[in-house]
Amino acid sequence: MSTFPTSARSAPVNLTPLDARSRELRKTIVRTMQAGNRGHLASAFSLVEILRVLYDDVLKYDALNPRWSGRDRCILSKGHGCLALYALLADRGFFPESELWKFCRPDGILGGHPEYGKVPGVEASTGSLGHGLSIGIGMALNGRFEGAAHRVFVIISDGESGEGSVWEAALCASKHRLDNLVVIVDYNKQQSYGTTYEVLDLDPLPDKWRAFGFAVTEVDGHSVSALREALRATPFEPPKPSILICHTVKGKGVGFMENNPSWHHKTKISEEDVRSLLAELEG
Amino acid sequence: MRKTCLDMVYELAKTDSRIFFIGSDLGVGTLQQFKREMPERFFMEGVSEANMIGMAAGLALEGKIVYANTIATFLTRRSFEQVALDLCLHNAPVRLIGNGGGLVYAPLGPTHLAFEDLAIFRALPRMTILAPADANEMRRMMPLTVDHPGPIYIRVAKGGDPIVTSETSRFEIGKAFPMRNGADALIVTTGVMLKRALDAAERLGAQGFQTAVLHVPTLKPLDEATILDFAAEVPAIVTVEEHTVIGGLGSAVAELLAEANFSHPKRFKRIGIPDAFPDQYGSQDSLLARYGITTENIVHTVQQLIYTKAKEYREQSWAD
Repeated sequence: MSTFPTSARSAPVNLTPLDARSRELRKTIVRTMQAGNRGHLASAFSLVEILRVLYDDVLKYDALNPRWSGRDRCILSKGHGCLALYALLADRGFFPESELWKFCRPDGILGGHPEYGKVPGVEASTGSLGHGLSIGIGMALNGRFEGAAHRVFVIISDGESGEGSVWEAALCASKHRLDNLVVIVDYNKQQSYGTTYEVLDLDPLPDKWRAFGFAVTEVDGHSVSALREALRATPFEPPKPSILICHTVKGKGVGFMENNPSWHHKTKISEEDVRSLLAELEG
Repeated sequence: MRKTCLDMVYELAKTDSRIFFIGSDLGVGTLQQFKREMPERFFMEGVSEANMIGMAAGLALEGKIVYANTIATFLTRRSFEQVALDLCLHNAPVRLIGNGGGLVYAPLGPTHLAFEDLAIFRALPRMTILAPADANEMRRMMPLTVDHPGPIYIRVAKGGDPIVTSETSRFEIGKAFPMRNGADALIVTTGVMLKRALDAAERLGAQGFQTAVLHVPTLKPLDEATILDFAAEVPAIVTVEEHTVIGGLGSAVAELLAEANFSHPKRFKRIGIPDAFPDQYGSQDSLLARYGITTENIVHTVQQLIYTKAKEYREQSWAD
């Protein structure tokens, strides 16, 4: 079905071009990281289109009233991808852009992992992996109890899927037939040490989720139109919970960062690094 | 006490639709009536405690009050990170009901013994820790757990525990309660060990030692003022707990006493489980006896402290 590689056995290649908005968001992410002099840049870059489509086209929310009860709940369970989330939340007006330039600083609200209660629009504090899906299940159960129309979106990573709690949660979501829950996997096939194939293989990932009772769709995680179409089609097969497996590239958009594990988490970013990153994103 | 605790969850839920119950894989028939009458607020989630805690947090973040129940060790050891992050960090109003606090599951061995549960949860910011003495106290305590802010750990004993508090005694979260007065020594205790402490004080009284007993059903936040007020009045203090001597009630009182810097030094001893995995089966009582958590040993320990204090006092007087 796909025009992009879905196996984790080789480094993924994704030739989907980035449009101006995707490049601008990435530049904002680079500048945010520069302000904190650190960050999970590559993990954020694989996530930009997923979050962009969610916040631009899918989620219901009110940025000026982030606790509005009718909002869709969106949990970034792969909290280390927060640079991308911050860029989107600032862009959509949840907080002033000036907060970005205080990333990881003592007087800022934006840390290396997103915190509930500090950052408007953040539904749960994440960072330690394998927590967000269970929290999202509680929220989805409450939504059903209240007869509410809102939905719950939980974004997890592939490395995160090594946590047993993810699969406990998968059993639970399926048992409760939570069709108001959408799990999104940022499947970039890289984790901190190396490829998921080498470190802890997840293939065949769609089959695993299918076996756990989810309705599974796979998509090019950098194609805005494909993501839009897929997310608008949720729930895929009610009453099953939905999972969208997004085939992505870690570091997407910057040649020297793509599939390069040394960019998983970077500290001490030089001016030259920033210049090279921004130059690659000029397009 | 365990039955009273769950009965109270049912009673409270009947009149408060914010209250949900989540169990792991509890005994057949647990809260049957709750399940029958309020199925949309009753969940039994199987052997997946990490998920159970996260799910409880999600409900709590949406304004619900969640009572989550399983064996105490599966809450403290197995689910520690979910409790620390999903509950404490989010200040989520989830009430953890831990079955078999202490040495209750003696025949089942060390995998099921919650002898360091208080220490584990005492270290967590925003956690409230409750260990009532009997079913009466549990009944008076449970309604107060509904609107208390943040997460709560409720240490539940075996069931059929001796009744030592009256139905009309006062209960307040965060307060220690004097159960008996005395100027010669003070026994500080928590949970079902109150019975042994009271029995020991009775025997000591018959021997002429007037021994105060302070019951501390809230381990956290600790009622420091009351403990220090009572400690200031006596020369000897003993703590009694069904828990390792590391990090529980004894440690908490020791920390307080050390920083109180009383002008007259106190004699002090912790009675509890030593720093070891309990290595015998048997019964709760037989394991308690193995570690000297008995009325006899409390009596003996208090006597020793008083004698030593008196001896010190005499030696000091002669030196003067």
